[in-house]
Amino acid sequence: MSKQQPAQFINPETPGYVGFANLPNQVHRKSVKKGFEFTLMVVGESGLGKSTLINSLFLTDLYPERVIPGAAEKIERTVQIEASTVEIEERGVKLRLTVVDTPGYGDAINCRDCFKTIICYIDEQFERYLHDESGLNRRHIVDNRVHCCFYFISPFGHGLKPLDVAFMKAIHNKVNIVPVIAKADTLTLKERERLKKRILDEIEEHSIKIYHLPDAESDEDEDFKEQTRLLKASIPFSVVGSNQLIEAKGKKVRGRLYPWGVVEVENPEHNDFLKLRTMLITHMQDLQEVTQDLHYENFRSERLKRGGRKVENEDMNKDQILLEKEAELRRMQEMIARMQAQMQLQLQGGDGDGGVHGHHV
Amino acid sequence: MDPLRQSPSPSSSRASSPRTFSCERLGYVGIEAVLDQLKIKAMKMGFEFNIMVVGQSGLGKSTMVNTLFKSKIWKSTMPGLRVPMPQTLQLHSVTHVIEENGVKLKLTVTDTPGFGDQINNDKCWDPILGYINEQYERYLQEEILITRQRHIPDTRVHCCVYFVPPTGHCLRPLDLEFLQRLCRAVNVVPVIARADSLTIEEREAFRHRIQDDLKTHSIEVYPQKSFDEDINDKILNSKIRERIPFAVVGADREHMVNGRCVLGRKTKWGIIEVENMAHCEFPLLRDLLIRSHLQDLKDITHNVHYENYRIIRLKESHALPRGPGWVNLAPTPPGPGKVCRWAEDDSDEDF
Repeated sequence: MSKQQPAQFINPETPGYVGFANLPNQVHRKSVKKGFEFTLMVVGESGLGKSTLINSLFLTDLYPERVIPGAAEKIERTVQIEASTVEIEERGVKLRLTVVDTPGYGDAINCRDCFKTIICYIDEQFERYLHDESGLNRRHIVDNRVHCCFYFISPFGHGLKPLDVAFMKAIHNKVNIVPVIAKADTLTLKERERLKKRILDEIEEHSIKIYHLPDAESDEDEDFKEQTRLLKASIPFSVVGSNQLIEAKGKKVRGRLYPWGVVEVENPEHNDFLKLRTMLITHMQDLQEVTQDLHYENFRSERLKRGGRKVENEDMNKDQILLEKEAELRRMQEMIARMQAQMQLQLQGGDGDGGVHGHHV
Repeated sequence: MDPLRQSPSPSSSRASSPRTFSCERLGYVGIEAVLDQLKIKAMKMGFEFNIMVVGQSGLGKSTMVNTLFKSKIWKSTMPGLRVPMPQTLQLHSVTHVIEENGVKLKLTVTDTPGFGDQINNDKCWDPILGYINEQYERYLQEEILITRQRHIPDTRVHCCVYFVPPTGHCLRPLDLEFLQRLCRAVNVVPVIARADSLTIEEREAFRHRIQDDLKTHSIEVYPQKSFDEDINDKILNSKIRERIPFAVVGADREHMVNGRCVLGRKTKWGIIEVENMAHCEFPLLRDLLIRSHLQDLKDITHNVHYENYRIIRLKESHALPRGPGWVNLAPTPPGPGKVCRWAEDDSDEDF
């Protein structure tokens, strides 16, 4: 707290003015210098427009050499995690954005295992942060924890699919979920409203915890309160993504050109893209905070309770353990059989050497 | 396209007409009047057509059927309406008699709710194959009776319309598995559903990729290349094959466009007209299924798919028909050569 204040802060009429009202400025300056980190995960079936939406949101091309795999390759693929980092700078503010993509999710005929990889990844990031935090040099901890997960819901269904419900229930305690209705230009307004309501009902029915926008503080101005209220009422956001510039009504807009009209990405009457972007930007800090205060703390307390033992896979259910035990038994039996066969050979081939003493593993 | 270009008798084979010598006619005989007789008979009897729609929920199957036959065959399920998701794949059929200009069509539509909606969709095609084979079996049993009916009721599936979701990428593993298995048993017409989410370029790219995938996996969808009879068929069917799968949009609401009342979907940025070729390819699908190839679909079902099934069944029971007093085949349980189970439900797993 310095008494040397720039001219505008000195108010000689209020005695006892200390001057720490300048603190936020200092924090602001430091943060701007340090830059921000944000990790966003996108999950959804192939073909829902995830990559297009991410490119549209951040006005960049995160996937310049993208090759869409053919059908034959898709059959063999399991879910993979691909993280791409990009540094965006706007008016001196640096944002280090990491987008974690999950290709292969929902592609297979049997999708039972498709979210194990994703959950492992999230836990790994938490684990790494925990490790760094408990380490000696804590100055430059890189925060790679997933701050937000956009879950893409198909607009073609009648609500959430069983896979959607199962996945969201599996990660709602680990990461902030923001459900997004993809490819919203395939729905009329009425259909959209109905679908949104249906999804919200199902989310409540299955007690899925999605990210809730914090209410505006009472001392914020009316516009902000109104904006927050509108945002809250539009969840889940129904979005359309595009980076192509189309000529519409005399000006160039980003949109999709159809024979029957042009869907404008940034038109609030056409879709909720602007709302999604506003939400992400105004609540980026809050998303990070909730990740730190809620999800990370949950993870940390679970981990420390369990002690130093690193858990292999929390979702292993009894069937799998049984299968593994059976496989082990079979292996041991095979080994015994091999030993016996060897002994037989020895007895036949050798001259009463005595059998080889098999060692049990 | 003359729907009576082949004789409507069920046992017509696909062999080309035998070489005959044309003789000189001395006057008008009146042979061509047989066409009128056939027509009158056909009109009296009416036509039967059985169609099956397969695809994930929400792809517009019920709406498409309503649009195709311009009648409310199904109450189309609206998105967002409370529809309990069936835990196992079920099939249910609905039969309607539609009449147009004195021609009666007995239309049976079989829907397959629950297809591809579960987390584990393994073997979800078995109930469908089972149903198809069950219909063949039913017809076979009627056919081999010693005293059989004059007109065997035909419940065999003549056409299966498969709805591919408009991902824009390529066929999914589930699509491939299903198409591979079903194309051998029934005529399959794949369509790109809800095509209003794809722009024209995306549509073309998607279509080409699907065609490549089909070729790579040797999947022969209707119209099959190997069943083209003559050069005219080849030309006509090649044109159709170039555009398969059709990108369709279904709608059963009418809106006013330029003073006309059209079927379409009204959005904030325009009205998608279902019957406008510039918007979607629904007219092509309708023409294929109803206006030009309806009889062909039935013929191929009878002459090829049903015959294949019959051969397999007869070989299984080690009996070939030799005359009156044939071995009466014991009906087997339906299934693709084995006992068919409903798709197993794994909902008891907790996540």
